[in-house]
Parts: sequence; C-alpha cells; structure tokens
Amino acid sequence: MSEIFIKNVQKVFKTPGGDVVALKDINLTVKQGEFVCLLGPSGCGKSTLLNALAGFQPPSAGEIVIEGKKILEPGPDRGMVFQEYALFPWMTVEKNIAFGLEIQKKSKAEIDLTVNQLLELLHLKDFRERFPKDLSGGMRQRVAIARVLALDSPIMLMDEPFGALDALTRRNLQDELLRVWEKLGKTIIFVTHSIEESIYLADRIVVMTYRPGTVKRDQYVAMPRPRDPSSAAFNDLKRELGRLVMEEQQRHADDEMKLAAVD
Amino acid sequence: MLQRFKDFAQGALVPVALLILWEAGSRLGLFSEVLLPSPTAVAIKWWAYLMPGQPQEAGQSYLAWLVSGELLHDAYSSLYRVIAGFLIGAGLALPMGLLMGAKQRIYDLFNPLMQILRPIPPIAYIPLAILWFGLGNPPSFFLIAIGAFFPVLMNTIAGVRQVDGIYIRAARNLGVGQWTMFTRVILPAATPYILAGVRIGIGTAFIVVIVSEMIAVNDGLGFRILEAREFMWSDKIIAGMITIGLLGLAIDTAVSRLNNHLLRWHRGLEH
Repeated sequence: MSEIFIKNVQKVFKTPGGDVVALKDINLTVKQGEFVCLLGPSGCGKSTLLNALAGFQPPSAGEIVIEGKKILEPGPDRGMVFQEYALFPWMTVEKNIAFGLEIQKKSKAEIDLTVNQLLELLHLKDFRERFPKDLSGGMRQRVAIARVLALDSPIMLMDEPFGALDALTRRNLQDELLRVWEKLGKTIIFVTHSIEESIYLADRIVVMTYRPGTVKRDQYVAMPRPRDPSSAAFNDLKRELGRLVMEEQQRHADDEMKLAAVD
Repeated sequence: MLQRFKDFAQGALVPVALLILWEAGSRLGLFSEVLLPSPTAVAIKWWAYLMPGQPQEAGQSYLAWLVSGELLHDAYSSLYRVIAGFLIGAGLALPMGLLMGAKQRIYDLFNPLMQILRPIPPIAYIPLAILWFGLGNPPSFFLIAIGAFFPVLMNTIAGVRQVDGIYIRAARNLGVGQWTMFTRVILPAATPYILAGVRIGIGTAFIVVIVSEMIAVNDGLGFRILEAREFMWSDKIIAGMITIGLLGLAIDTAVSRLNNHLLRWHRGLEH
C-alpha cells in the first residue's frame, strides 16, 4: 500500500544570514488515493516539503517513508508536475510522454499503447507531433501530467501546476485533473497558494505556517464533487481558511519589512 | 514570388553597380590590366579555370572529364581539408567541452591551460606544424583542427552550464541515470550553444585552410591564388578569391540549414 508517512520532518537551510528553519516537526499520514493540498503563503515550506517527498532535498531530520522505504532520492514512483511544465523542448509531445517508459526499457508496443491511451485521456491526440514551444500553457501542462501518468506511479506530486495559467484554463485543467484522479485512483499531493483551488480539489487541506513551516490546520473537505465555488458551504470554508492563511501571510510580510529595515 | 524577385533585385543592386563601375573603369584604362583586370577578364579566366584543361581522353567518361578542371579539383581539396580538420578539432572539443561543462573538477583542472592556449591564433602554429608534420595534408589538418577546436569547446562548456536545472530535476524524477542524463538531456539542451560554436568553428576552419594551403601543399584554392601571383595572373587570383567566397558561403549556408533543422524545436530560430 502506498501510504505516505511523514515523521517529525525538519528541514534547515544554511544561509549566510544564519540557519533558516523551513520545516519543523511535520507529521502527516496520507492514505492511498487521497487528494491532499498543501496550502500557505510563500515561504511556508510547502514546496520544500514537496521536494522532500520527491527526494530532491531530503529532510535534515525525521523521515519520509513510502511503502516501507525511506525516501532519499527521486524516483519514478513519485511523478512530479512542475509549475514551469519542465517539458523537454527538444522532444515532441509524444516523445515527452514516452521518455519515462523508454528509461524503464519498456517494449515499443507497450510504450505505443500507453502513449496512445494518455493522448486520448488528456485530449492531446491532435498535438502528438508538436514541439512544446508550439503549445499553449494549458496544453503543456496536460503533456506534463501525461508524462507523469505514463510512469504509472501511485503518487503524483504537483508543485503549483496551474499557477501560471489564466483563470479559465485553470478551471478546465482542475476538472481534467479530478477526472483523471477519480479514474486512476492516484494519491495526489498538490501545492498551491490559492485557497479556492485547494477547496475545489482536495479531500484534505493542510494549511502551513510561515517560518518555521509547521502544520497549522489539517482540514478535511467533505463536500461532494463537483464542488460549486458559489455555494455557501464552499464560501464558509474559504473564509475560514482565508483567515488562517492571511495570518501567516501577515507574518511573512512583517518579516520582509524587518529584513528591509535591517538593510 | 514577385516579392522574392524584388528582394533579389534589391540585394543585387549594389554588387551589380560596383561591377559596372569596375568594368567601365577598366575599359577607360583607369586601372592597370595587370594589377586589376576587368570583371569580364576575370569571368573568362574563372570559366577557363572551371572547365577541363585537357581534351577528353579515350576511355574517360564524360562526367569524369567534365569535373577534371583545376578549379573543381582545388575546391574539392580545400573542402576535404576543412571537413577532415574540423572533424578532428570538433571531435576532440565536444567530449572535452561536455566534461568540462558538467564536472567542476575537470573544468578547474583544464581551464587554465585552455585560457593560455586559446588566444594563440592557429596561424602562429604554422612553424611548429611544419616541424612536426612536414608538408602535405597533416600540418593542414592540424592547423584547421586547432582553429575549430576552441570555438566548439567554449560554446559546449557554456551550453552545458546554461542547461536549466528544471530539466535535470524532471529527468531525475523520471528515473534517468547518469549516462542517459548526459546523452538525452544535457546534450540536446546544450545543442543551441554547441551548434553556434560549430558555425563559428567551421568559419575559422575555412580561414585556416586557405592560409595552410599557402605554405604546405601544392593544390587547393589557397595554394592556387598564391601560385597565380608568381605569374602575375591577377585575373586568376581574383577568380580564385571569388571561388573561395562562394565555397565559404555554401559551407555556411549548409551549416545554417543543418542548424535550423536540428533546432526546429527551439524558440528563437535564426534563418
């Protein structure tokens, strides 16, 4: 079972101005198939936590255990979708999606089958021969999602994947993501600073504090999907979470003012 | 179509005007025929230089006879030297550049030596090249390889260093190992820089080939124009220079086309 155990995770960055505690005493257990949003202002360590889960930057203390194994390095069992898409510009859409499978030395027939299924699933069939530079931001992010799905990893890590998209494209991709998630039953850890996005998507929202990053609120969202952002329940939760996030945002702003004053 | 013709006509305007002035000047006797022959004299010489010098021999195919002219032989010799020398130089520079770009330790070890050698013009290697390799093609290859080496090396190092870390992270996330990272991520990501270096390197190689032919061999375009000077054949010198120009343009166009094809995925294409 691909449950994720995050135990007493701590991350300290050494900087010329002294140590920065980015994460402190993080304890979370994520069930298989759960859609979890990490929510907070910039500097709250949500991306740091995601990078630790991805294995790019292991924690300074504590551990992350998935399927009984401690996470120390990146791997295709935890596919990551980046805000900057990170598609390989020299590969066509098709090649980008196939790349992870080629690495795993899958047979040509198997690769073709998977790639075709994913092109179908994400409505990319007409774009298979295109290079990323000829795609819109929304299309690129579809390809990035398909590339990760091709790995068939049980866990998807998403670092503000829709942050650079316009509002309409964003909603469209949120719906696509929910559709794919419901169909394939992946565990998703999704970083965002958008309160509305987190309520629209998640089973569970983990609100994080500004430095040191800790868990401020572990909020389950019981509303049935598709969720209506104009409903009363949605807006009650939005108000409540907005209050929590703004407290942290204020601390972030104060901190910046203090730093500016020192300079 | 009409627009293309207009562009062509506009581009031809200044060269054609210059030719007319030059021809008129020659006919009016403003220039010495020996020092600056007229464009028509140059054209006639160029044609004679291009066409076969001997009548077709028995048993010789027509095509073989047609390409037996001096000019084609010289152009082929020069081109052969450029390509062979370039392949040696770039063939050494590419792996070296990839290693120096990717591994800081190797960079730290080799960079001082490269910085000392780089400013030495390839032409300054001529005496050593002759001492080491004697006459014939080898010193030529050596000089051209040096001319091509540094532009390719420097651009490859820069190309590898500017590879966006996000591609590395994405590839590691997909489970890419070190070797694949090199061949399928770092190398392609660095190609825009590497190919710019290739274009500069082949330009340098072409300069060096002409010079090297003036010292060490007895065919090729560089040799031919120096030989023509000894007979005071200015028309042949100019005909040879024009051929050098055309060959250079052809090489650069070919490399540029190849670059555009290889970089069709890249954003800022130059045409």
